Amino acid sequence: MANSATILPPVTERSNILRWMRKNLFGSWYDSLFTILGAWIVYWAVGGFLKWVLNVAEWDVIIVNARLLFIGQYPIEQSGRLWVWLGFLVFLSGNSLAVWARSSRFAFVLLLLPAFLAFLFPFGDEPRKWLMILCLTGLAGWGIGRARPEVLKRSVIAGWVISLPIIVLLTYGLSESESSIVPVVRTNLWGGLLLTFLLTVVGIMFSFPLGVLLALGRRSELPIIRWFSIVYIEVVRGVPLITILFMAQLMLPLFLPTGWTVDRVIRAMVGITLFSAAYLAENVRGGLQAIPKGQFEAAEALGLNGAQTMYFIILPQALRLVIPILVGQFIAVFKDTSLVAIVGLLDLVGIAKTVLAQPEFLGLQREVYVFISLIFWVLSYGMSYLSQRLEERLGVGAQ
Amino acid sequence: MTDEPIIKVQDVHKWYGNFHALKGINMEVKRREVIVIFGPSGSGKSTFIRTLNRLEEHQRGKIVVDGIELSHDVRNIEQIRMETGMVFQQFNLFPHLTVMQNIVLAPIQVRKWTKQKAEEVAMQLLERVGIPEQAYKFPGQLSGGQQQRVAIARSLAMQPKIMLFDEPTSALDPEMIKEVLDVMVELAKSGMTILAVTHEMGFARAVADRMLFFDKGEIVEQGTPEQIFNNPKEDRTKLFLSQILRH
Repeated sequence: MANSATILPPVTERSNILRWMRKNLFGSWYDSLFTILGAWIVYWAVGGFLKWVLNVAEWDVIIVNARLLFIGQYPIEQSGRLWVWLGFLVFLSGNSLAVWARSSRFAFVLLLLPAFLAFLFPFGDEPRKWLMILCLTGLAGWGIGRARPEVLKRSVIAGWVISLPIIVLLTYGLSESESSIVPVVRTNLWGGLLLTFLLTVVGIMFSFPLGVLLALGRRSELPIIRWFSIVYIEVVRGVPLITILFMAQLMLPLFLPTGWTVDRVIRAMVGITLFSAAYLAENVRGGLQAIPKGQFEAAEALGLNGAQTMYFIILPQALRLVIPILVGQFIAVFKDTSLVAIVGLLDLVGIAKTVLAQPEFLGLQREVYVFISLIFWVLSYGMSYLSQRLEERLGVGAQ
Repeated sequence: MTDEPIIKVQDVHKWYGNFHALKGINMEVKRREVIVIFGPSGSGKSTFIRTLNRLEEHQRGKIVVDGIELSHDVRNIEQIRMETGMVFQQFNLFPHLTVMQNIVLAPIQVRKWTKQKAEEVAMQLLERVGIPEQAYKFPGQLSGGQQQRVAIARSLAMQPKIMLFDEPTSALDPEMIKEVLDVMVELAKSGMTILAVTHEMGFARAVADRMLFFDKGEIVEQGTPEQIFNNPKEDRTKLFLSQILRH
């Protein structure tokens, strides 16, 4: 008791950059050697790349073809519809950030992003105007969310649920007649990032529930359902996506009655969905198997039936366990959509190929592919980052 | 009518593969009776109690709970599970739900109570088991003893006529056993029909009307706590009691 004051905690070293460097980078002669070698390699690689980006590359090819890369041949006079649903998504994002995100500084930076983009890159006047509107919409959504976080929770979720139909309806249009406000735009005009985005979103949204059902089916006690699920999963996982896409494009018409046609974009969507569902099913099954038997028994002992047990007790826990794997699969779907370029659809990669086929842009492969890689990376990393936040958020109280 | 046994078990057999886990169990339980089941591990006592709400299926014989016979009919099974509560060795709380959500889930989904009614009842039960202040925490934030008391409250929320306890204190640290036993004693005194698999002989002495000694899939001996502790007839009972009461 008397001595307690004399026992001091160890002195923590004040960190400063020189001390940190000596400890971590130059601790011994071989540490120093590796540090210098590493620094040289980084300088060589990054420096060379930067020199190319700033001095050698001809970015005009991107600027001239920006519209093609983003929306393909979607008629420019109809592009306002796309901005409208993008605005809806940004508004919902603002709402969601206000309701769920912990750090408001992070939310703020994210929502100002459209404005930064508008000034940083040489967009035309029209996109610039829309980007500013997006920025304001996002901030408005954020402000409204901040004012009423508890009340809005449900409506935000409802908003996300109806966002897919809204996107599809606005993009496709409502009426055949030219005079309508949103006339139909045929899917053969969809292209670029727009098509990549739609293939991804539809693929994820439909393959997720299908994958969950297949995972449950594989564990079903009814032999027909179980065997159907097993055969489906194993067959689909055993073939490459590209063959499924080819079959959807080339073989399906042979089986359909004459006169029936299914839109090519829809065929690709169905192919991606069916393919991804098989993988998701196995991921979800992994989560289901990790749930202790006691959870089933406790739920059953309380009188919950099988469906209630799954819905309220097992699936919420199983899905939470596999969030990282699910997001990995979603990112894979996003990147795999680029395979549709091979069957002739003009997604981001397909459009890139057509851009490069124009005589005036010959030899600019590097610029175009670096640019679309950057788009893929930004969106993939965005998904990955969101999933980490989601995990942290859902981890509360689960320990 | 009230003298009619609430549980009737006739010649119940169960096999796991070639292993004969239950070898012809016959017993009856009267309303408001408190029964303690004990015996060495692997004796079939847990298996037996779990056949009563069909967590384990029996392969021969007949089990009737509150006038309903356990069969393959799913409606009968669901009916019986509504009438019987069960408390497990490992608590088996739902870790993704708060204490309150754990308790109100089944009454709302199965008994179709309103959320308000279910929450009122849940709060009363949490007060009864002594932890109303933990209502909005997650199970992982509670001690073992508190978790087991939540599990008891969760079962009671369905207003069962029978409570089954499957080694409720075996997974607890020693200092937490009493708080759970206190709740069980109070429950027994309130007139609940209880079947408890437990080696807490203090609990048996205090509230049990009857004790069943299980060994090798059979009821070897049964009687009041007095008979069992002071005057056991079978050698196997004597041996087992001497082993667990030595300390």
